[in-house]
Amino acid sequence: MFTPHTHADVEAMLKTIGVEKVEDLFKVVPEQNRFPDLNLPQPLSEMQAATELDSIASANATTRDFISFLGAGAYQHYIPAAVDNLLQRGEFYTAYTPYQPEISQGTLQAIFEFQSLISLLTGMDVSNASHYDGATAAAEAVILAFNHFRGKRDKILLSRAINPQYRDVIRGYMQANDAIRIVGDDPETGIEPDLKNLIDQIDLDTCLVMVQYPDFFGRIIDYASLIEAAHAQGALVAVVANPTALALLTPPGEIGADIVVGEGQPLGIPLSYGGPYLGFFAVKNALLRKISGRLVGETVDTQGELAYVLTLTAREQHIRREKASSNICSNQGLMTLAATIYMTLLGKTGFQQVANLCYQNAHYTANAVQEIPGYKLPFKSTPFFHEFVVQADENVPELLAHLQHHHILGGYDLSQDYPELEGCLLMAVTEMNSREDIDYLTDVLSEVEHA
Amino acid sequence: MREPTIFELSSPGRTGVTFQEPDVPLSEIPQEFARANLPFPEISELGVVRHFTKLSQKNYAIDLGFYPLGSCTMKYNPKINEVTARYPGFAAAHPLQPEDTVQGNLYLMYTLQNWLAEIGGFADATLAPAAGAQGELVGTMIIAKYHKDRGDLKRTRILIPDSAHGTNPASSAMLGFDPVQLPSDERGNVDLKALAELCDDTLAGIMFTNPNTLGLFDENTAEVIRIVHEAGGLVYGDGANMNALLGVFKPGECGIDVMHYNLHKTFSTPHGGGGPGSGPVMVCEKLVDYLPDPHVVMTDPGDEDTPPTYGFARPEKSIGRVKTFHGHFGMLVRAFTYIAMLGQEGLRDVAEKAVLNANYLQAKLKGTYTLPYDRSCMHEFVLEGYWKDVPDIHALDIAKRLMDYDFHPPTNYFPLIVHEALMIEPTETESVETLDQFADAMVKIAEEARTQPELLKNAPHNTPVKRADELKAAKDLVFCCYPVGEWEKK
Ligand SMILES: Cc1ncc(COP(=O)(O)O)c(C=O)c1O
Repeated sequence: MFTPHTHADVEAMLKTIGVEKVEDLFKVVPEQNRFPDLNLPQPLSEMQAATELDSIASANATTRDFISFLGAGAYQHYIPAAVDNLLQRGEFYTAYTPYQPEISQGTLQAIFEFQSLISLLTGMDVSNASHYDGATAAAEAVILAFNHFRGKRDKILLSRAINPQYRDVIRGYMQANDAIRIVGDDPETGIEPDLKNLIDQIDLDTCLVMVQYPDFFGRIIDYASLIEAAHAQGALVAVVANPTALALLTPPGEIGADIVVGEGQPLGIPLSYGGPYLGFFAVKNALLRKISGRLVGETVDTQGELAYVLTLTAREQHIRREKASSNICSNQGLMTLAATIYMTLLGKTGFQQVANLCYQNAHYTANAVQEIPGYKLPFKSTPFFHEFVVQADENVPELLAHLQHHHILGGYDLSQDYPELEGCLLMAVTEMNSREDIDYLTDVLSEVEHA
Repeated sequence: MREPTIFELSSPGRTGVTFQEPDVPLSEIPQEFARANLPFPEISELGVVRHFTKLSQKNYAIDLGFYPLGSCTMKYNPKINEVTARYPGFAAAHPLQPEDTVQGNLYLMYTLQNWLAEIGGFADATLAPAAGAQGELVGTMIIAKYHKDRGDLKRTRILIPDSAHGTNPASSAMLGFDPVQLPSDERGNVDLKALAELCDDTLAGIMFTNPNTLGLFDENTAEVIRIVHEAGGLVYGDGANMNALLGVFKPGECGIDVMHYNLHKTFSTPHGGGGPGSGPVMVCEKLVDYLPDPHVVMTDPGDEDTPPTYGFARPEKSIGRVKTFHGHFGMLVRAFTYIAMLGQEGLRDVAEKAVLNANYLQAKLKGTYTLPYDRSCMHEFVLEGYWKDVPDIHALDIAKRLMDYDFHPPTNYFPLIVHEALMIEPTETESVETLDQFADAMVKIAEEARTQPELLKNAPHNTPVKRADELKAAKDLVFCCYPVGEWEKK
């Protein structure tokens, strides 16, 4: 279908090669296994495929059809028109990794600008060119920390208020490493915002303490004492951060984080049912050479003109093979471009406006919900950004089903991951939730109570 | 001309996009957490559009010309894929929506799992892995857990041919395996004698790329699989090169136990300037319970009146979760669209034309360049970019000179077992005219190497920048528009 060969082309090419038919080129394939049947549907024309895919897509009801308060790691935000328009330039999306700098300066400079924006946003010195998503970036931070101490420190402390999927992925990545202990996220240590139980576990065996900011429950917690305690024992600290929140909040780098990672999806990347998203990864200078993934650096060409290149490649798999700092090769190239365009378009003013809208709308929602009899905010005394926990007298799955019936995706049932939060719902509110939508939510919730 | 950075283009007071003011009663942002300063650029929308459009013009891309980058399968990325992946029913779906609201997505994933398994001859597939390398990680996790669950704890070594991609040893090392290099024989196959010697009860498996990175179908495929299985090991297939084998050979039918595809190679999803990729992993029957969480299953087959329903399930002995949510869904929509349009016939045509194009170029170039493994190739082939009579000319010089002829260079210096490698993969979507123009340029460059070597040494001449000083980049360590360390001083 996408092959341009005419019959005459094929004949002439076969002649040049010196074989009679195309099949002759496959003689090396064991004969009994050659040219098997593929049980696939009849091929579709482009027009038919467009219709077929449209009907599959239409079998979904999405955040466009519902009023959505779902977050828990992926957030709906407005994506300015220019972002996707620029992403669809074939010069960007049909290029490969910029291994040949002379004909890849566009991609290279865009990544350099991405690294700069992420460094500034997180308050760190160096950002890499991306990981697959926030969770794998967190797993790479654990690997970095473990290797940093050359295996001499074996304990990783994870806060229980880190996204449960991130903790699963970290354990998945480390599953064959029997030398490492991943602890701190048990129910006994708990999720108290004073962090005392977590801090008490920091010791000389600890290589890394990881926390989330705002945490999985949306809470803004002061990590200064935790970071101080970790550094006093010589341990590193990694912060999983939400990039939108960082438009308003003190960056983790300023409060002493050694590594900042996170999910870049809120930066102009569609929800797209979970991917592709964007893992960002930034470190302080001291860890620069331990960073995994690609890095773009500035240099000059033979004429003395400024140029960008992939650098410190001796850390990577194509040079170091089994000794590489990670196996990552393809990363999230085009997603870093989306984030770079998004951050540049919004700029200082627009980005702070979005974060403020999220903050204000979320607080308006939370205040209204807690006014309704039968609902309370269990973490009320801790500041939060655009996500918060609601405790309902109602059974949560039933409540969510009821809301869905009224065209509302009410949020994330926390008891799936936190038995201690039975009856609790995590709700996210962004600039996409209008005051009208929020008022509608509270109306529906009030009726549930009265029913 | 140099394009300034977004920070140089910034003027205080400008903005590209503005948002409405909040219309709800305002809440105070706690002062103790408030950020002092956000030093982001301030540029108008047009300024931003021009900046990124100008940057795009400094790139080479498939949409601009021939991109024969070996091992990367730089085929045409159909435009329809970009349209379907953006249908709002897909693009606006939140990954944690209740299953009954996303039956379209689940149907698409379930069907794609089955199609990918069918194309490779496997029992089942996972769509979770984010890229080829993560597919390898998943595959090696499955191998590790399989042995461990059987109490077979001695199996710590993974054999990796010396022609393998760097991600193979890196992935297996991340899983704590001891990667052992396996030599190739003089025909470019796995060396059977060396293989037999390295097989014992400490063998966890082999990572076997077929066709390998020389572009050759291993003539000993059946033997390699048999020897490894007899030693109790599993065979991992690196399926990055499956473009050559679509509708031609099903690796799963011949004993490969677990294999990944690169959707961003074989199944036409775009490379995006380095990603995102997608690396689904297929497994044989005995490994289906080990697939990662989550896996899409049919929860109810339905009947005449009701369609089937689909949902997520965690396979019984699952290796667990490797990514948030369920893989690079947007890439899955693109691959689904592609397979739906090609079907069995179209897929086989892809493989045939990919192999035809590669053999044609190989035939046209082998008189001019040394072809170290002179056999009929699959989807790609490897030449030496070096001649004894002009020892100062290297593969890199040839690669750079090709840019002056408006071609993207082949992959250089990989695979490692070929001296001064130039690895050429034309793909099936290129016409014979393009191949001829490329061959002419390659022949012309071989001539220039003798008559005007400085043309190669100083190449490229017409690109936005000339050869870059990579040592300086590694010495200066400037990764940010602000020099490293400056931030702390601010
Ligand atoms: C043979 C082979 N294996 C594995 C990979 C890794 O794939 P990815 O870049 O998607 O991680 C590549 C990519 O270049 C490859 O060519």
